[in-house]
Amino acid sequence: MEKRVVFKHKFLPYILVAPQIVITLVFFIWPASQAVYQSVLQEDPFGITSTFVGLANFVYIFTDEIYLHSIYVTAIFSLSVAAIAMSISLLLAAMADRAIKGATGYKTLIIWPYAVAPAVAGVLWYFLFNPTVGIIALYLKIFGYEWDHSLNGGQAMFLVIVAASWRQISYNFLFFLAGLQAIPKPFIEAAAIDGAPPLKRFWTITFPLLSPTTFFLIVMNIVYAFFDTFGVIHVITSGGPNNATNIMVYKVYHDGFLSLDLGGSAAQSVILMIIVISLTVIQFRYIERRVNY
Amino acid sequence: MVERRPWLTFFTHAVLIMGMLLLVFPIYVTFVASTHSLDEITSNFSLLPGSQLIENYSRALNVGPRDVGATVGTMMLNSLIMALGITTGKIAISLIAAFAIVYFRFRFRMFFFWLIFITLMFPVEVRILPTYEVAANLKMLDSYSGLIFPLIASATATFLFRQFFMTVPDELCEASMIDGGGPIRFFFDILLPMSRTSIAALFVILFIYGWNQYLWPLLITTDEGYYTLLIGIKRMLDVGEGQAEWQIIMASTILAMIPPVLVVIFMQKQFVKGMTETEK
Repeated sequence: MEKRVVFKHKFLPYILVAPQIVITLVFFIWPASQAVYQSVLQEDPFGITSTFVGLANFVYIFTDEIYLHSIYVTAIFSLSVAAIAMSISLLLAAMADRAIKGATGYKTLIIWPYAVAPAVAGVLWYFLFNPTVGIIALYLKIFGYEWDHSLNGGQAMFLVIVAASWRQISYNFLFFLAGLQAIPKPFIEAAAIDGAPPLKRFWTITFPLLSPTTFFLIVMNIVYAFFDTFGVIHVITSGGPNNATNIMVYKVYHDGFLSLDLGGSAAQSVILMIIVISLTVIQFRYIERRVNY
Repeated sequence: MVERRPWLTFFTHAVLIMGMLLLVFPIYVTFVASTHSLDEITSNFSLLPGSQLIENYSRALNVGPRDVGATVGTMMLNSLIMALGITTGKIAISLIAAFAIVYFRFRFRMFFFWLIFITLMFPVEVRILPTYEVAANLKMLDSYSGLIFPLIASATATFLFRQFFMTVPDELCEASMIDGGGPIRFFFDILLPMSRTSIAALFVILFIYGWNQYLWPLLITTDEGYYTLLIGIKRMLDVGEGQAEWQIIMASTILAMIPPVLVVIFMQKQFVKGMTETEK
């Protein structure tokens, strides 16, 4: 699509795109290419000398048990977050779609937690489950269940999944509700006249018609769980205990900033870039982006 | 509703109310904790609001937490500067870049367009260390420009404006040309006023995005005078063996939620529009 009428000017357009292009080159393209470049170098921690090592950094991280464990942890974490956040929000959206009276009121009350930062969601749940002051940890103890996510890896994983999913419910709800409201009512009415009960109508008509939204949300939830949950992890567990919640993004931060393993961190960055690029391609090629609401 | 089923209607509302309680519960507990004294929180925590509300909040805002050398007031101001800086910066540079790409023909136009597009593929999280090095070389550590500039390139905003400019009728542009107006005049007198709703929608989304930034401020601020509130809260939690000042932490957490939540509630229409159009 092109404009028929355009302005003629020799240098004005370059001035107009310049700020965006400068920022992009300095803070995006240059660092990204640096990451690729450093990923094939072995540098000493002071950055004085570096030698070309080819793919040695990649070979190293893919034979490193901690990294392989981190991939596994990331998979469990992101699939759980996507599954939990999406099923709860689909249920809520289906209900809100039914409830004509008060639908807008419910909508306001359900979407606002989107404004809560992932790091703040981490603080909220960390407080609830804190072994010394947390109210939920306290009740668990009364019922005979010892809670300490700083020692128990499974409990730590559970807690970060809950905190990360809680924050994502609003986002999914908004899109599911919009998707549901876009489904033409005659389809549902026809099925109702044929005597199909509500649950059957939902699974045989509504849910298949909702599939573009569902696929879109699966991709967005995985992106969220991979990249936006750093704050949740950093606040609640710092990747521990014993790497139980050490997701890939957290590990890049940890290895680069705390362990100063530049080559290893750069190689991990490159792998994450490949993941983002593939997710972006999936999102643009296979998912209908322009859903009409 | 397709048919009358009273029990199903009851179930519908019950589920929705349960959902809302699930969403509100952690925030309610946090709020209650922010109104108690530390003793009350650690020894016998009650789920009813206490009497220390004003004391806790005024101490957080004016005196500051024990181990962080900045008041919550200062940190909120830093968060606000960062959020508004990112928001206005992203909107401004995306508006003019989209204007150039839609309303001019020039060499490398499509190249620039794709260059902006690929920023989508490199979130801060995947290029942590090299971006930090760039900021360090530019002397941007511990500064507002360091908090703002690395985050203001925006493919989504540029696309949104490009999309919108495409729908603006060519006749308006022709009319402006016939009247003897140049591109700058057309931009400020016609295009900008017409973009108001898109700008408002983006403002809401980007303000939340900017206020909630965590990883980047964590990397580049070591001077407490530049801490954003979220970083400050994390520092308050890091007490090692000591006793965290829960009443102050909880008050700070509530304060950290208020600005973005108010923006969502009062600009709900723009928020929903922004969400569904930028899909970010």
